[in-house]
Amino acid sequence: MDVEILARIQFAFTIAFHYIYPPLSIGLGLIMVFMEGMYLKTGNKQYEILTRFWLKIFAITFGIGVATGIIMEFEFGTNWSVYSRYVGDIFGSALAAEGLFAFGLESAFLGILLFGWNRVSPKVHFISTIGVFLGSMFSAVWIVVANSWQQTPAGYHIVGEGFNARAEVTDFWAMVFNPSSVDRIIHVWQGAFLAGAFLVLSVHAYYLLKGRYIEISKKAFKIALALATIVSLTQLLSGHRSAEVVAEHQPAKLAAMEGHYEESGSADLYLFGWVNDKTQEVTGLKIPGGLSFMIDQDFEAPVTGLNAFQKEDRPGQVNAVFQFYHIMISIGMLLIALTLYASYLWWKGGLFEKKWLLKIFAFSVLLPQIANQVGWFTAEMGRQPWIVYGHLRTDEGFSQEVSSNQILFSLILFLVVYTILFLLFIYSVNKKIKHGPYDEAKNPDEFLKYV
Amino acid sequence: METFLGIDYPTLWFLVVGLLFSGYAILEGFDYGAGAWHLFFRKDLSRRIAINAIGPLWDANQVWLIIGAGALFAGFPVMYATMLSSMYVPFMLFLMFLVLRSSAIKFRSAEEMKWWRKTWDIVYFISNVSISFLLGVVLANILQGIEIGENHSYKGGLFFSFLSPYAVMVGLTTLALFMTQGAIFLLLKTEGRLHARLTFLLKKGMIFFIVSFSVMTLYTLIFVQGVTEKFKEHPEYFALPILAFLAIANVPRLVSKKKYGNALIFSSLTMAFLLMLVAFQLYPVLLPSTINPDYSVTIYNAASSQKSLGIMLTIVVIGSPLLAGYFLFLYKTFHGKVKLDDTSY
Ligand code: HDD
Ligand code: HEM
Ligand code: HEM
Repeated sequence: MDVEILARIQFAFTIAFHYIYPPLSIGLGLIMVFMEGMYLKTGNKQYEILTRFWLKIFAITFGIGVATGIIMEFEFGTNWSVYSRYVGDIFGSALAAEGLFAFGLESAFLGILLFGWNRVSPKVHFISTIGVFLGSMFSAVWIVVANSWQQTPAGYHIVGEGFNARAEVTDFWAMVFNPSSVDRIIHVWQGAFLAGAFLVLSVHAYYLLKGRYIEISKKAFKIALALATIVSLTQLLSGHRSAEVVAEHQPAKLAAMEGHYEESGSADLYLFGWVNDKTQEVTGLKIPGGLSFMIDQDFEAPVTGLNAFQKEDRPGQVNAVFQFYHIMISIGMLLIALTLYASYLWWKGGLFEKKWLLKIFAFSVLLPQIANQVGWFTAEMGRQPWIVYGHLRTDEGFSQEVSSNQILFSLILFLVVYTILFLLFIYSVNKKIKHGPYDEAKNPDEFLKYV
Repeated sequence: METFLGIDYPTLWFLVVGLLFSGYAILEGFDYGAGAWHLFFRKDLSRRIAINAIGPLWDANQVWLIIGAGALFAGFPVMYATMLSSMYVPFMLFLMFLVLRSSAIKFRSAEEMKWWRKTWDIVYFISNVSISFLLGVVLANILQGIEIGENHSYKGGLFFSFLSPYAVMVGLTTLALFMTQGAIFLLLKTEGRLHARLTFLLKKGMIFFIVSFSVMTLYTLIFVQGVTEKFKEHPEYFALPILAFLAIANVPRLVSKKKYGNALIFSSLTMAFLLMLVAFQLYPVLLPSTINPDYSVTIYNAASSQKSLGIMLTIVVIGSPLLAGYFLFLYKTFHGKVKLDDTSY
């Protein structure tokens, strides 16, 4: 296989694996801030137990997030050297800011968060929790800014030619607030909140079904449900905003997302479907003119289609982009329905009586995870064939001096090590969940006093 | 070219990157060093204590690597891209050992089974030793230069060409220095039998360091070209290896007086002097080409634009006091001997 394909497979694999963990860390971070905040405010020990319990799981997701993140940072240099030289001037400041402001904050307070219970006062501990959470939010900002710049470049000019060409910053703030960054950060943050909230919902639904830790589980479930309900709804709004930005700045990506080929004509919106790239036809269930309506509030409005671009200037994998995009939206809708219904039951009373609903929640943890993954796959595969949209092609960006054998070697190494890591992750989280927040053999009240 | 206090921006950024990597070497030096002693501790409890000595700190210390690499990428993208893609295999191995090392810390004490702990102990030990060694190897290759051709494209071999005798010696010296640093740090954090054992081990570590350091220095002076030339131009640089030697010579005295904190400062100073030496050796080159000096990566042909460097220097000025604050608070909180509790690893 050629170097470019291998480098892309390796990058996709390692970043997709990394991205299992950051959303969990960010989302759990927020929920722990709520839980510990409630503990400080009410003095109710049950919240302390919850915080301590979730902290143990957080420690694992965070740990793997850090370990796999370092690899991502180096991979820019090892596998995408041409790209790194090209964007270094731009990415540089974002990465430097990320390191100093976000990662520094995160990891210094992490030590206190995990091991400082007996060494600092509850207030200082709470501040550390907030510090770690804010750090993880910031780190999402800078990395998404960097990625957004590569999707919708702004605030730069190109200097040099051929091999020496590169982008240089002309306007720092225009670079940071490039057309897509704000919408995408909000979308990514919310995706992370959903990932964390549904993990909490799932675990406590499981306890409720098993009749264990009833009282604290109800408390935790309600905190997470409130968060999940609000965010599912706002996620629809921010996703819609993102789509508008894509329509404006990356028309080829938008056309791929809906399988719209016609050069310029009214475009349909599919609920689901299958794209045949050869015949340029989509079979599925559609709202005729729906996409035109979403963008211009007019069913007849023309939308630029894939055929408006040369074959080499538009995404190759149209069906994949289409499918990933539609999976994300379907999951988004499902989450809205699920959380609204559960909130309605909560309001009416009787939320915890419906066994079938709790069962769904117990498995729901996978949904936001999948949506986060396919969301990124949509954004990144829809960006092809560009690595920096409109300027540098993916097949020009990889390290020319690295041979395919070297990448094959590292790819296999990653596959082996990450598989082990993933199994360890599942195993130890599962063990922590089975073991539970406190020792049930003891009288809970006794235990609460003891903690 | 824009300057600040009469120093041009690329040079300032060279100093920033140098400081960050020195911070990394000094702080992660004792973490890796502590881990490189791991199998020398016999009891399971001792091993647990040793891991928990670095427990709350290693994650934060590792941030120096992340920021250092980020700063290199930011300020000298050409260097970042050229170095990492040329030394592909050594860096991939380095990264893999980093992952294995953090997994070992996280998962080792999660189970009671003997085989489980033993396996992780071995993984942990090998990772720490390999990381320290590989860092030395990379450093040696940067000092010696690699085969860079036109347009910064690498022409040399994959892995074994990086393992020249010189590189192996620098690798071993780095390992020895980290182990010295690690043993002193553990002395600071432990008590009882483990402490006694460490006093004994530290002596071995110091001997290991002094031998490898002397051999390496001799070898460098006799066989490695370029090094001697720079010394001929600037004989005052000779002060640095001598200072490094004096600093490390101070350590046994301080240890016997049980002043472990000061001993740690002096072994850190050794590291700092040696890294300064590296910086003087290189400046203004970052990665020499052994094919043609014109192809070398220097701080000028690798740097980001003046504008970008200016922005980043501002970020550093704002960010470093914050970072320093976090670290002071963290180290203050975990001052003192290790006490195991239910949150420990
Ligand atoms: C949505 C957010 C997000 C995205 C898109 C990425 N990361 Fe990440 N990363 C995080 C959010 C995050 C996080 C939440 O800050 C960490 C810390 C703990 C965790 O689980 O993830 C993390 C850890 C982490 C670390 C270790 C930091 C530490 O020690 O605290 C590094 C060096 C990176 N990442 C680098 C990258 C690179 C180079 C990426 C892209 C190619 C990337 N991350 C994508
Ligand atoms: C964290 C979530 C992310 C996921 C799941 C993701 C996913 C992917 C995938 C699937 C590819 C391969 C596309 C293809 O070959 O068709 C890719 C490529 C790439 N992405 Fe991302 N990405 C993420 C974040 C980022 C970020 C934050 C950046 C940069 C700051 C980034 C930069 C790149 C680069 C440089 C490539 C390689 C070139 C390419 O194939 O386009 N990605 N990513
Ligand atoms: C409910 C309807 C949703 C809509 C209309 C929507 C829309 C979009 C669009 C248009 C993009 C591409 C943005 C770009 O390429 O710049 C995107 C990306 C993404 N989506 Fe969604 N989304 C929805 C739901 C969700 C949900 C529920 C999640 C996760 C829980 C999610 C996670 C993501 C992620 C992680 C990305 C990649 C990052 C980015 O490009 O912003 N989305 N979404």
